[in-house]
Parts: sequence; structure tokens; C-alpha cells
Amino acid sequence: MLLYDMMTVARKELKEIMVQRGSLRSGLTNLLVTMLVIGVLFPLQWGAEWITSPVGLISTAWLPMMLSMGLIADTFAGERERHTLETLLASRLSDRAILFGKILAAVVYAVALALAGALLGAATVNMQSPGAGFYPAQNIVGMLVFSLLGALAVSGLGVLVSLRAETVRQAYQRMSLGFLILWLPLILGPQLLPEAWKAPVLRFFSGLDGTQIAVGAAVLLLVLAALFIGLAMARFQRSRLIEG
Amino acid sequence: MNTTAITTHHLTKDFRAPGGSLRALDNLDLEVPEGIVFGFLGPNGSGKTTTIRLLLGLLEPTAGQARVLGFDTRTQGDAIRMHTGALLEQTGLYERLSAEDNLDYYGRIYHLPAGQRQARIRELLDAMGLYERRKEIVGSWSRGMKQKLAVARALLHQPRLVFLDEPTAGLDPVAAAALREDLAQLAAERRVTIFLTTHNLADAERLCQQVAVIRAGQLLAVGSPDELRQRMAAHQGSQQAEIVGRGLTPELAARLEVLPDVLAARAEDQRLVIELRAGAEMAPVVAQVVAAGGMVEEVRKAKASLEEAFLELVENQE
Repeated sequence: MLLYDMMTVARKELKEIMVQRGSLRSGLTNLLVTMLVIGVLFPLQWGAEWITSPVGLISTAWLPMMLSMGLIADTFAGERERHTLETLLASRLSDRAILFGKILAAVVYAVALALAGALLGAATVNMQSPGAGFYPAQNIVGMLVFSLLGALAVSGLGVLVSLRAETVRQAYQRMSLGFLILWLPLILGPQLLPEAWKAPVLRFFSGLDGTQIAVGAAVLLLVLAALFIGLAMARFQRSRLIEG
Repeated sequence: MNTTAITTHHLTKDFRAPGGSLRALDNLDLEVPEGIVFGFLGPNGSGKTTTIRLLLGLLEPTAGQARVLGFDTRTQGDAIRMHTGALLEQTGLYERLSAEDNLDYYGRIYHLPAGQRQARIRELLDAMGLYERRKEIVGSWSRGMKQKLAVARALLHQPRLVFLDEPTAGLDPVAAAALREDLAQLAAERRVTIFLTTHNLADAERLCQQVAVIRAGQLLAVGSPDELRQRMAAHQGSQQAEIVGRGLTPELAARLEVLPDVLAARAEDQRLVIELRAGAEMAPVVAQVVAAGGMVEEVRKAKASLEEAFLELVENQE
């Protein structure tokens, strides 16, 4: 029941994305441009290294995840701005079905776009450098996991800020601010560390191999996703959404 | 069997406001029987929309309680929303999607099987004269067309109770009349209860078996439109009547004024305009006119409109 309701909500969200620029044609054009960037332009620049280096797949997953930010900012704030939220809340859908359905749409969008971009990228590289082959299995699995968890974390944050935002623009601004707050410790953290800590921390990170870094990043994304989604669930109250 | 669709008991809602709180609904006691069209009338800001939100379980009451279709609005909002349909202040349509997509979405939300969903969408769009335009993006439609589609969406899953906030707003007279007829039929044949708010008192008069008048969150009156009119007449203490015919002279009018139930009478252009005591019968007056040589062609006992009754109720509270 919950799964069916989530899929109903997600299906509508995805349908709306395709026509959000006014028509299906412009929606498809938008998708095509994204695919050309991550599936043709970048791979052509990198050549065969796009297949062998994990950077190629990380870049492939990163852009769709960022694009899903716009989609998720549109969820509750967009429904409120376009006066569809109250009617939706007056329907039989449960709080969870609405919340998870919207998150599902953003995750499906990001992961599907990343996967399609990866496949197109592989095809592009092989056309440019025949025999370049396919991505190593652990890279493609890593990309899918990173894409999935990243999209979940972005969606969780997006829903959280979108729940109370009056407009899509306001939701997007708050999301951007949220991202900045999340990134600041990573950028400024090393510089702000006491001198005595810098060397041991550097030694710790330089001692990690690629798998350990990937697992650490996945755990961090998982924790962030769980935190944001948990907060969004706690914040989702029909009466407060209506009273504003 | 539960024969009351809606019951409220001292239902009260306060909203936070600068410098304190604002009472949007004040001790509302209401009973709406099943299978009728119930009109909820009141000026802007009187608490109509807040009442609908409370009844749908979308808002928590500050005090009091309400049951809708036997379900408690505080704890069983999900069950209420499962069995009701709603057209709220805004149409709530996804304007970037087509009419068919809008209805299909809500059909899926209410778990209508694919075949039934398609048949129901066709039936409703046909009835609203929108089927041929079902593939069009709703954003390009007129206000009236959107309103019709929103009504269709509220009725899609054949709910037992429908909340309609100003359902005929934006509709042309023909579409409004057709919708009134559909709603009346729905209530009569399928025992669907319709709770509607409207500013169009003529609509309410034609459609509603019972109406309630609310102002500043307080219930002023409840009853059938006829009862409300009678109450107004009783409150005013008089009602007007007219006799049309020949030989209706000022002298005859003066003779009528001696009758106990006639407060005043005057002759005007082949007719007598008579001010009667509230609830008085016309038969003795007509008999007196005939006895005095008047030729009676038509007798009209003026009926106050619901609008007059509504205005009287609202103004008396000011």
C-alpha cells in the first residue's frame, strides 16, 4: 500500500519534471543537453581514462545529483506556490507516502540519469578509442551507491527546507545555504585544526586506500540522508503545512 | 446505521496572531444529516474554510470535537480523507499536466483499478463537456473549465461526503445550473452528502436542503432555507402580500386595515399592497376584498429570499 502510494506520487513528480519548462519537447531537450554533457562532452575530453579512473563515474553521478536539487526544491514549496498542496493533503495519502514519494522521484531521477550518462559515456569513449572497454565493476557499483546515497541525502535536505519554504526560489536558496554549511567544515576544517592535530590527521587520511575512502564517504552520506529524512518526517505535520 | 454525516460539538479554533490569538471558529455546534446538500453560508473571513479544514482533519481544533462519517477528526483524519472528496478554496490542479493526467493521478491515489479509473474519468469529463479536451494542459484553460475539472476530481472516487468550497465560482450560468443539477442528483440518488460553502445565495436556495449561517466564527442560524425565511419574517414581525385585480381602490385598502392581521394596506396600479402580521393567512383578506366588490385575479404572498434572510441575520449581529 505505502509502496504503491509512493510510486503514484513519484510518477506524478517525474511527469511534472518532463513538462516543467512548458512542454514535453523542452523537457526532453533539457534532458538531452544533460546527457550530452555527462555522456559525450566530458568523456570525449577525458578519453579512455574516463573508463579506468573513478573520477569519470563520480562526475557522471555528481551532475544529476545537483540537478535533482532543483526538483526536490520544487516538491513542497512548488506545490504550495502553485496552490496544489492543500488539495493533496486533503487526499487519502499518508504523510509518509507523500514525503517518501517525492524523495523517490528525486532519487530515481538522479540515479537513472547517472546510469544513462555512464552507459552513454562508455559508448562515447569506445567510439573514440575502440577497445577501451567498460568500467571496472567496483567503479560502477560505487557510482550507483554514491549516486543513490547522495541523491537520498540531497533529497532529504531538500524536503526538509522545502516543507516550510513559501516559494521554490526560497527553498532553493535555503538548500544552497545548507550545502554551504555542510561543505564549510570540509574546506575550512583542515586549516582550523590545531597545529598539533594536523600531522596525525593527515597521516590518518593518507593511510586510507580507495575502498576505505569510498566506504567512509558512503557511511557519511548514509548518516546525512537518515538525519535529514528523519528530521523531515518529524517536521511533516499537515496542520503546520497548512497554517504556514 | 449512522444517519449523521457531520457532528460538531463546541468546535473551536484559535490561530496565533500578532499580540495574541485570533478565534476563527467559536463553539460551533452542528449536525449535518447524511444524503443532503448542506450549505454553509457566511461573509469572507467568517470561518467557513477553517471549518472545512477542521472537518477534514487538516487542522487540530483548539477545543471541542467533531466527527465526520463517524470518524473523529483529531485521531481518524486518514479515514475521513479516505471517504471524502474536496474542492477547496483553490482548484488544486496541476496546471503543467493535462486534464486526464490530473484525474488519473487522483484516481491512482484512491486506488481505482485501471479500467474503472478510465471509465470514471470518461464519465465525469463527458458530463462536464471536457472529454474532447482531456489531453490539453490545464494551465491554458479558463477559470470555469478548471473549476469543472476540480469538481470532477472531487467526485472521482465516488466519496460518501464531498466538501465543496464555492463550487460554482467562475462557472457560466449554464454550467452552474448543470452542476447544481448533478449535485442535487448525487445527493438524492446515491445518498452522497454535500457540504458546500457559497456566496451565491440563490445557488444555496435552489440546491440546499439545509443551510447554516456563520459570522465571525459563530453560528447564527441553521435550518432549511424556508425556516430561515420564516424566522426572518417572524423577527421582522410582518410580511408583504399583493392582490392584483380590478376595483382595488384606496377606500378598499382602508377597509382592509381594520382586519386584525393587516398592519397596513395601500392601492397602487390595479393592485393592493398589504403588510401582514408574520404568519397571518391571506384567505380572510381575500374574502374581505371580494365582499367589498373587488375583482381578484391574482394573490401573491411575498417570500423573502434567502439572501434577505442571510443579510438580516448577519446585520443583526453587527
